[in-house]
Formats: sequence, C-alpha cells, structure tokens
Amino acid sequence: MASLVPCPHCGMRPREEFTVKGAVLPRPAPDASQATWFDHVFLRENPRGPYDEYWHHTSGCRHWLVVTRDTATHEIKACRDVADNPAVTA
Amino acid sequence: MRYSALSIFLNGLRKNTGWTSAWRFPEPKPHYDVIIVGGGGHGLATAHYLAKEHGVTNVAVLEKSYIGSGNVGRNTTIIRSNYLLPGNNPFYELSMKLWEGLERELNYNAMVSQRGVIMLCHNDSQQAAYTRRGNAMRLHGVDAEFLDRRQVKAMLPFMDFDNARFPIQGGLMQPRGGTVRHDAVAWGYARAADSRGVDILQHCEVTGIRRENGRVVGVETSKGFIGCNKLALAAAGNSSRVAAMADLKLPIESHVLQAFVSEGLKPFIDNVVIFGAGHFYVSQSDKGGLVFGGDIDGYNSYAQRGNLATIEHVAEAGVAMIPALSRVRVLRSWGGIMDMSMDGSPIIDRTPIDNLYLNAGWCYGGFKATPASGYCFAHLIARGEPHKTAAQMRLDRFERGYALDERGLGAQPNLH
Repeated sequence: MASLVPCPHCGMRPREEFTVKGAVLPRPAPDASQATWFDHVFLRENPRGPYDEYWHHTSGCRHWLVVTRDTATHEIKACRDVADNPAVTA
Repeated sequence: MRYSALSIFLNGLRKNTGWTSAWRFPEPKPHYDVIIVGGGGHGLATAHYLAKEHGVTNVAVLEKSYIGSGNVGRNTTIIRSNYLLPGNNPFYELSMKLWEGLERELNYNAMVSQRGVIMLCHNDSQQAAYTRRGNAMRLHGVDAEFLDRRQVKAMLPFMDFDNARFPIQGGLMQPRGGTVRHDAVAWGYARAADSRGVDILQHCEVTGIRRENGRVVGVETSKGFIGCNKLALAAAGNSSRVAAMADLKLPIESHVLQAFVSEGLKPFIDNVVIFGAGHFYVSQSDKGGLVFGGDIDGYNSYAQRGNLATIEHVAEAGVAMIPALSRVRVLRSWGGIMDMSMDGSPIIDRTPIDNLYLNAGWCYGGFKATPASGYCFAHLIARGEPHKTAAQMRLDRFERGYALDERGLGAQPNLH
C-alpha cells in the first residue's frame, strides 16, 4: 500500500489518515430488477490492476474521494473528489 | 518410498544418499479426466481424495508457481472446528477428524498438535454468545468446554486479566483444536496424490479456459493446451481471475491478510489463544516463535504483502492481551491473498458451466478446512452431487437469500 495519498484538498497525506470503503460501483435504480441488485450487492470484478475505490479522508478534510489504485502494485494512479466524478449511476 | 523410523535410521547409515524425490516432475499429458487449477493445500487434497476415495487417478494439478507457495504456506497453521451454524459445523468437524488421521493416511509427519484452542470473552454478552456456540458444537458432537476466569487464569497466567477495557471473563475451549505444520500438509498431500498417479505440474500457469458448446474442453497454459473432461478451480486468492476466464463473476474480493512470527522464545504459550476483543490469535511453534495474526488489511490486493498500519494494529491487540509481548521482537511478517466471500463462508459447488467446478471464498478459514475441502470437492467432482457436509456452501446462496453468515462478516463488515 502506498504510504502517501495525493488528496486533492490536502496534498500528500499519510495513508493512515484514510479509510477505504471499497469499490466504486454504479448504484442501480431503486426499482431495478432483482438480478441487477444482486450483481450490485454481491458480485465483484475483483481485477488485478487499476481499481476505483471510495476512500474517506477520515483524519483530514473528511471528503469522500475516488482513488484509482493498482491492486497488484498498490500504486495510486489518481485521486479526485467524489463531487468531481461524473455521477455514478447505472 | 515409505517413511518410517527404520527408513530414517537406515538412510542415516548410508549418509542420507538413499532418499528419492517425494513426487515426480512430469511433463503434461495431452488430456486428463480431471484438471485441478491450483496446487495449494485444497487442490492437492482434492487430487489425493479423488484418487483414494473415488479411484480417479488420471488427474493433473496445475500450479503457476511451486506447490505450497501460496496460502497453504502463508497462514497461522491453526486448526479448529468451533463453528456455530449447522451449514458449517459438520464440515469443519469432518476436517478435524481427517486432521486426526492425516499423518497415518499420508505416511507423512505433518506435526498435528491438538493443543487446544481457547477463544477469550470479555463481557456478559460475549460469554452468552460463546456459551451458545459451545452448546451448538456439543449438539453436533464436537468437543467444547466453557472455562471461567479462574480456569483460564490457571492455564494462561501471563495474560492481562484486568485490562481496563477488555477484562477477561472466561473462554470457550476446544481441546481438540490446535496447529499443524502447514508446508508439510502441502508436501504430504502432494506425495500421496503423486504416488497414486496424479501429475503435479508446477510452474504451469493457466492463461485461458477453452470451451466448446458450453462445456469446458481444456485449459490454455504456459506449457500449452491441456484437454480435460472436468475442470476444477481451487485457486483461492486468484479465484476471480481464473473464473473470469470462463466468464464467471464471483461474489468474492481478494484481500491481503498478514501473519507474523516472533523471535524464538522458551515455551510460553501452550495453546492457541484467540483474543475476543480485537481480532488477534497466537500460538507458539515448535521452534519457539510466536505465530500470530489479525484482520485483513481492508482493501483489495493481489500483492501478497500488507501495510504497516495493520501490523501496528495487530501488535496493539497482542500487547493488550499479553503485555509481555511488548518485549518480543518480530522476526518476519508476510501476506497472503484471501478470497473474501461476501458472507465470510466458502463455496464448494458446481457452476453454470456443466463440467466446471468451483472451490473458492475461504476467507480467514482456508487452512483448517484443507482436508474436508479436498474431500468434499473430490466427492462433488467424482459423483456430481455435493457431499452432505458441504451442501450449503453453494455459489447461488447469495442470490437465493441463504447467506451462510457465521460471523456476519465478509469482505466488508458493513455488508450484512
């Protein structure tokens, strides 16, 4: 795991300040089919390589971020605020 | 070659030049009845039981590295069957019974040591939960004893019983639980399977799964195409990647789980002790090192190494339980990649593809399950129906609403 994370608000900050929430997944509409919801809740691509995750800068600016991290090397390739991300919907 | 005290003595007289390789290093045949992807404990055990219990010997085990290089050599070696749910308990008890006869069955010293596993409790509700679990275990014919504070203190006097936040009230003990030499499990199963004709193909990485008319016909590997009648996946840690070659998307995330060993100490901890307040478990190896571990790091990873914040957290939990650990130096730490299934329980099942079988999602508990996992997976592959102890470990249980949530914990604690 990278020891420094480039927070768009706070600059390079130690990894310990952050909480990893998990995969950035498109959230289905409330009335989407059972199969769509099943896929969203339980199934994962689980790639070896770049992966978009929600991170919370818990001990910093407390903003939610989208961190693009390589799951094989732990290298952080990009970090942006959730608000700057195009709306994630199915 | 059969191992015995006499064979050690005689080979000693011959300056140990008489030992032969414990398994062969064959070239792949063009076709096998069954190909098992993954030469870890589960894959090798599956091959062994396929050959021994079902007479299926035209089997290959494909391992991308060398056998024992993955999680079977990266765990904290603990075996136990102290499970609560009816879908889990008989399976892990089958595993325990197989552990108990393993060394005779394999003619291999796996250093099975039934030294007792104690799970500590720190408050009334936890004590009630452990009492319930102990009763569930007994109803399934598993040994369980609740120890009160005085009894625990007599066995483990070095712990911090009056910790301000986590005072120790007692513990649930499974006397038959313990530890096993993990590498020897991989080697013992490999040797036993090989002796029955199974081909163990090391440094043979699967790169694709070839299908025709909706059935698997073989695998593309780094040593070329190998055909098969049935394909069995036992590639925990990389299950999602292998399954993706057959266009399957699994309810699994790969996470890193670290383990640690300290410098060698004089005999100190007689049992396996599990700290109920944090997630910390420790035992002492025969070499004297304290072997311990904690929680997963908490992010997806295929890197087989963890980060320092988790090491610090595990060390804190350890020192909270046994203050004397603060003086112990850590010798090594390492990480293994776990298949974290979404309910914390494994999958041994058929897949939507007729002749493709899946063994995955072992989370924290893969090592202790090794014999039963191999036994039940072999049963499924050979007979086409699940073994009765593994019947609830289905791939479709999430979709059908029958999660096997023993701890209510999967890849993420907030999921269930």
